[in-house]
Amino acid sequence: MNFVIPSFTPAVPEMVLLALISTILIADTFWAKRFQFATYYATQISLVVVGFLIISSFATVPVITFDGSFVRDSFGDVLKLFVLAVSFGVFFFGREYLVQHKFFSGEFFVLGLFSVLGMFVMISAHNMITMYLGLEIMSLAIYAMVAMRKESAGAVEAGLKYFVLGALATGMLLYGFSMIYGATGSITFPEIADIIASGKADTVVLSFGVVFVVIGLAFKLGAVPFHMWVPDVYHGSPTAVTLFLATAPKIAAFAMLYRLLAEAMPDLLKDWQSLIIMLSVLSLIVGAFVAIVQDNLKRMLAYSGIGHMGFLLLGVIAATPDGYASAMFYVVIYAITGVAGFGVIATLSRTGKEFDLISDFKGLNARNPWLALMILMIMFSMAGVPPFIGFWAKLLVVEEIIQAGFLWLAVLAVIAAVISAFYYLKVIKAMYFDTPEDASKLEPANSRLTIGVSSIAILLLVLGLLPGTMIDVFFNSLNVVS
Amino acid sequence: MIALSDYLIFGAILFVISMAGIFLNRKNVIVLLMAIELLLLAVNTNLVAFSHFHNDVTGQIFVFFILTVAAAEAAIGLAIIVLVFRKRKSINVDDLGTLKG
Repeated sequence: MNFVIPSFTPAVPEMVLLALISTILIADTFWAKRFQFATYYATQISLVVVGFLIISSFATVPVITFDGSFVRDSFGDVLKLFVLAVSFGVFFFGREYLVQHKFFSGEFFVLGLFSVLGMFVMISAHNMITMYLGLEIMSLAIYAMVAMRKESAGAVEAGLKYFVLGALATGMLLYGFSMIYGATGSITFPEIADIIASGKADTVVLSFGVVFVVIGLAFKLGAVPFHMWVPDVYHGSPTAVTLFLATAPKIAAFAMLYRLLAEAMPDLLKDWQSLIIMLSVLSLIVGAFVAIVQDNLKRMLAYSGIGHMGFLLLGVIAATPDGYASAMFYVVIYAITGVAGFGVIATLSRTGKEFDLISDFKGLNARNPWLALMILMIMFSMAGVPPFIGFWAKLLVVEEIIQAGFLWLAVLAVIAAVISAFYYLKVIKAMYFDTPEDASKLEPANSRLTIGVSSIAILLLVLGLLPGTMIDVFFNSLNVVS
Repeated sequence: MIALSDYLIFGAILFVISMAGIFLNRKNVIVLLMAIELLLLAVNTNLVAFSHFHNDVTGQIFVFFILTVAAAEAAIGLAIIVLVFRKRKSINVDDLGTLKG
């Protein structure tokens, strides 16, 4: 038995992050009383430090370490950087929300950081054990975050629902993993792909495995028909947590989808493609129609998120490196826009008032014209109106799906996009054309929040006007991999 | 000699019982937690059986990880159930329906 010490260099960002989290976790118990916001600042600094570490050692060629269980490649590095950026925004808005609603505590940030660590492990997973561990590190932290506001019945109920359905999804995924292990005798992704390609694997067991894995993934992404938890959990959680669980985990879930379907099972395309087409079509339809009748903005955004998952899956159906790159671009843009969308609720919400009903937005233009303009830009980007970046994200996936020969899917996607524009316009109509119940001026609790919302909204516009560089980053990161 | 398929059928039965426990159970949230544990046990049975018949130890190592994480998961689940009970004085599944729309 000879043991070779593995190379730790590729995992340095994860290890530094873990060390920082552990330090913050202990330090928070001392800080909590004397310096209220020390944990918040330490969290944001940790995210920035880890971001610099990743940029300074950006992986141009894939490096595999820990006996084939961990990979560092440019696909992963790009996604990790965006997970960091999105989490930074989440903590920024989350802090003010927690202060306003009087349950500010360091645990929110520590659990959030642990969840980010889980996402990192998921993104870099190269075998099924690492994937499972990353998924659980991420999910367990989020279950606790959802139920963190103990005095709110809705939050506790949402926590229980999320826990039960999340655990069920993990169970399904694991059942699929066990089948795939049984059919191929390996748990490392490229080895699984090789054994499947060589035709030595038992096809019946394998297709069972694929079905369960896809169901588990659909649960995690929140694609129809496995979406029933999404609106309830988004609605019940405190907005600061909704902000988090609607954005960054979706990026990690996409990475999981890519690693499992595209890296481990490319030769089973026929088996999983039809399943993904079904998920995508149903998500597009449900996302477009059910969101229209919602009067709560958080629920509306939840259904719109389901529709966005339908778009994201279009890029996966195309199953080419370009298709995956377009889906990757889509999920990142969705996450950034999601931070802005839920961030608006966190911005306007204050002690005793959630500000999450669409009727709360009535006449916002008269009460705070600048913020109304920013919300207009965010809604336009979500709806996919040019010149905002949301338009390019939709355009790219639709382009890829047409090239892959699914014209009917492209037509359906465009129709769904047009229908879903209706409910985004409903918010805009409420802001600009309805008369407010209370015409007094409305300022966010803190001017920092206005700056935060404005900078994301303007970023959406600027990226939309000059999308070239950002799109190139995504396409290059995947073409190096494949 | 017990064949591989016997183990797989056993695993499938455990899986079906746990699914029934999750979707048909309308009474107690603790039963949901038990059903989830059963689901993970179905996975473990499968993994151990495959690992034995492949003559490969990886599957059994996977089982260790699943058992450990399942313990952490149960801890968080129970903590959430305690919160629910404090809030509502009941852990009936039917009482959990306030978030609908």
